[in-house]
Amino acid sequence: MILNLQHIYKDYQQDKLVVPVLKDVSLQVEEGEYVAIMGPSGSGKTTLMNIIGCLDRPTAGEYQLAGEDILRFKDKEMSDVRLRSIGFVFQSFHLMPRSSAMDNVALPLSYAGVKKKERRERAVKALERVGLGDRVNFKPTQLSGGQKQRVAIARAMVNNPKILLADEPTGALDSRSGKQIMELFSDLNKEGVTIVMITHDRAIASNAKRVVRIIDGEITEEDREEASNE
Amino acid sequence: MLENIRLSFQGIWSHKMRSFLTMLGIIIGIAAIIAIVSTIQGTNEQIKQNLIGSGDNSVTVQMHQGDYTYEYNYNGVPEGVPVISQEMLDEVKAISEVKDATLFLSRETYNDIYRQNTGLSGGKVYGVEKDYFNICNFIVTDGRVFDEKDYKNFRKVAVLDADSAEALFSGEDPIGKTIEIKQEPFVVIGLVEKSSKFEPVINTIEDYYMYSQRSSGIVYVPSNEWPALYGFDMPQNLIVTVDSTEDMTAAGKKSADVLNGYLTVSDDTMKYKAIDLLEQAKDIQDLSQSTNMMLIWIAGISLLVGGIGVMNIMLVSVTERTQEIGLKKAIGARKIRILGQFLTEAAVLTSLGGLLGVITGIVLAEVISKLTGTPVAISAPAAVAAVLFSMVIGIIFGLLPSYKAANLNPIDALRHE
Repeated sequence: MILNLQHIYKDYQQDKLVVPVLKDVSLQVEEGEYVAIMGPSGSGKTTLMNIIGCLDRPTAGEYQLAGEDILRFKDKEMSDVRLRSIGFVFQSFHLMPRSSAMDNVALPLSYAGVKKKERRERAVKALERVGLGDRVNFKPTQLSGGQKQRVAIARAMVNNPKILLADEPTGALDSRSGKQIMELFSDLNKEGVTIVMITHDRAIASNAKRVVRIIDGEITEEDREEASNE
Repeated sequence: MLENIRLSFQGIWSHKMRSFLTMLGIIIGIAAIIAIVSTIQGTNEQIKQNLIGSGDNSVTVQMHQGDYTYEYNYNGVPEGVPVISQEMLDEVKAISEVKDATLFLSRETYNDIYRQNTGLSGGKVYGVEKDYFNICNFIVTDGRVFDEKDYKNFRKVAVLDADSAEALFSGEDPIGKTIEIKQEPFVVIGLVEKSSKFEPVINTIEDYYMYSQRSSGIVYVPSNEWPALYGFDMPQNLIVTVDSTEDMTAAGKKSADVLNGYLTVSDDTMKYKAIDLLEQAKDIQDLSQSTNMMLIWIAGISLLVGGIGVMNIMLVSVTERTQEIGLKKAIGARKIRILGQFLTEAAVLTSLGGLLGVITGIVLAEVISKLTGTPVAISAPAAVAAVLFSMVIGIIFGLLPSYKAANLNPIDALRHE
């Protein structure tokens, strides 16, 4: 099991009011799965993603990532977990505007202490994998939205993470580019990459093999057929 | 690290105007300091050169009463001051720093020396031993200096330096001509000159008073002619030479100590003292330095203001790049990486400012030198120190913004607009 979340609670303090955002969330994800976490805005799906992505800590509960008890880790070790085990894909890409596609992809490798030459080779390979082998020296401003998101996916994949964590990966794209990104995700999943995707869009969620619904901080499992039939 | 430096330059270059304005405080501060230091150094070098002159590395030891040179002219030799014997001289010569030593008598003259109707005013008469010219590194430009026979036969012969020859003979060849000292006739047998020709640089009236006596001319006679001219009661001066200029102070002090050991005077302020030019130079240097230290402090304030400017711009930069910082933290950059990145950027920015400041300062110093005639000496260590110091300013004033950046919460930072 890659992800194992048990009875996760998350409260936010608003003035003197305690607002519960996640209520007893338990979720398991096996290696090679393709899971969509779907819910309307305010449902707590982003909070859940932050916890899965080791960017935030739950108020209560247990969380194991690839067997490791993440919540015991300190700040520095959390950084290392994010570096080695998680590949982030964001709605708004978050690329370095002045760096080339290759340098953007190579960024996590520099934090991992990989030598410069190897960094370039691996970055180019990752770009080829997402179909951008001919755009390695392009700056983000010279790329279309779909291409930018593919650079971001290459960056997420370059360090061979345990899971790919995508937050509304098609949210900023037109439907054609969005479709291409979804095809890329399916291809990556076929190659064995574990994907957890967060979306509010039922059509996008239907690309995943398994859909988890989250409403008001509580999750309900939904099987694939049910989701696609609706 | 190199990567960070490269990225810093990229960042600075992409905001040329802003970076330059940020650096301006540092540039002005460093430029001012370099210009001031160069001018101080130049002045100091000049003072040292003027005082040490041709670099003949000689120290004169004279009798002093209290802080002043003892007035021989009217009082004669005080009680308890013995004539310096050959043994005493040998003892001085045995001092490790001392290369050689000789004795001489000297007296300032006002109207003692004439050639026909031309008088030498304000000059000096020296009574010297025959090795004096050799020990003090004189060059014989014409004729000869004193030899054994001149002393043995009590010949009335004289040697002139260039100034006295010019004053008395104004271009004529003086060799073989007769001059009068205290109405005694002396035949000029030679012309001497210090081994390296030296002209003190005179910028101010104080400089003029300090160095003017040096160009008034000296007439040398054999020491055993002295009694015939001025009577017997003249205490001697000692001149010692050293190999290295740095030894001058030590050699002078030790020689004076040796001679003082033979004194049996009742007035204990009566002592032989070395006329230590290095020390004199230091006194004058200290004076000019203390006034300029004030200027350096004022320039330092400009650096402080510059540093605050850097901090301000770095804070703006951190805010501008909140998303970038958030992303870097999200994909696994440790705090220390972010801290390092921003500290490097601040340090590169201020070091660059320091470098530009050094260049501006050197140009400024040269311009000052051209305009006022004061010499400048650009010191490489000062330039390196200035750049390093600006780097330190960058690190100090970059700490707060960098710390802020490193501790941003990645979730909020990513969402920052």
